[in-house]
Amino acid sequence: MGYDLIVVGGGLVGGAIAWGAAAQGASVALLDQGDIAYRAARGNFGLVWVQSKGAGMPAYAHWTRTSAELWPQLAAALAGATGVDVALRQPGGLAFCLSDKEMESRTALLHRMHNESGDIGTRILDRAEVHAMVPGLGDRVVGASFCPIDGHANPLYLLRALHDALLKLGGEYFPGRTVDAIDAAPHSFTVRRGAESFTAAKLVIAAGLGSRDLAPMVALDMPVTPLRGQILVTERLRPFLAYATHVIRQTAEGSVMLGDSQEDVGFDTSTTTSVMRDIAARNVEVFPALKDASIVRVWAALRVMSPDGFPIYQQSEKYPGAFAATCHSGVTLAGAHALALAPAILAGELPERFAAFSPSRFHVPAA
Amino acid sequence: MFRRLDTAPGEIRFSFDGREIVARLGDSVAVALLAAGEVSLRETPISGAPRAPYCMMGICFDCLVEIDGMGNRQACLTQATQGMNVRRQRGARSVL
Repeated sequence: MGYDLIVVGGGLVGGAIAWGAAAQGASVALLDQGDIAYRAARGNFGLVWVQSKGAGMPAYAHWTRTSAELWPQLAAALAGATGVDVALRQPGGLAFCLSDKEMESRTALLHRMHNESGDIGTRILDRAEVHAMVPGLGDRVVGASFCPIDGHANPLYLLRALHDALLKLGGEYFPGRTVDAIDAAPHSFTVRRGAESFTAAKLVIAAGLGSRDLAPMVALDMPVTPLRGQILVTERLRPFLAYATHVIRQTAEGSVMLGDSQEDVGFDTSTTTSVMRDIAARNVEVFPALKDASIVRVWAALRVMSPDGFPIYQQSEKYPGAFAATCHSGVTLAGAHALALAPAILAGELPERFAAFSPSRFHVPAA
Repeated sequence: MFRRLDTAPGEIRFSFDGREIVARLGDSVAVALLAAGEVSLRETPISGAPRAPYCMMGICFDCLVEIDGMGNRQACLTQATQGMNVRRQRGARSVL
């Protein structure tokens, strides 16, 4: 007897798909690796971020918007099923600019996205506007971009709620399962780990950086690589920042999270004082009062990056029923993964909107 | 709740939420306050529950107070000095 669906990867992507499928009535097994995994879901910054996603790929911009729109439904469903409040807030998001040059490139990016993907209400705020909107900004903030549909959530509560909600629907979670092999045939998959095996008609590879090696077992291509980000967290502070921003956010509990670096350093998950100093210095320029705040926690984590930074979704041509799913925005896209991708996977076909996310885009012959 | 073994008078005076506290040279702020009968030094940021110094060695962060305008100072790791202005830490610290 098998499952309707096996999801390999118990992070935010796998967790959202597994719960989304279970919510449609499917029997689901969620296989998670364990503490040797890189676990991007545990290092996430927690943005539900739309404004700058998908320049050069309108399908991604639209997919991100879909997710932001579905997020309230996801948060409400998880709260109802588990009692966990994932602290979704969608008050709009700001990206601060510290120089005229940054303003120019930000403005150009948003104009390009507006032309490519349509209007989502994003606008450029000049110095006077942004300082009027956000108290406590430093003099060096010369402006910002503002998008009314950006937001944030607590990524750790989200992960816990997805797992809890899956279990409550009768889904099964198997931690500590490093997959050794997958026996694949169309619409029939047996996932092996030591003497254990799990069988299902459908399979999703959503194993983050582990997907690279797992995907070929079902004739999928997931050429993902790590990109390190470091995050600093302050002591809990009285609320002072009502908006999400792309590098600083205040959590529902009052902690301030500061990020984010983008470092191509392979699988090295260490923190470094030079990067943390840069992150702190930039954010003290934005909010000078933060110079007195104590940092209580820091970490580094590895983003899961495709060659162009956009998600990969694909059904295996050789082994229909096997699907690839990966992205570096596991929080932002959780709404879409749970409520749009999971039903499509169960239906057995990815609709036209997913065509742009096929990894075949990485294999266009050079002219 | 606490009683000093050595009953010699203290040499230092500081204020705690406006009350004058007499401390001994070398006392931490937490020791001086406990000896003066002040048990709860802070209220937590989320629920507002009262908290008292617990570990007295810098680990538990339950003795947080505001000292001379700076919030979230660890009372157990801060030596009491003459004229300090100490206040209960009520909820999260404010920086802005």
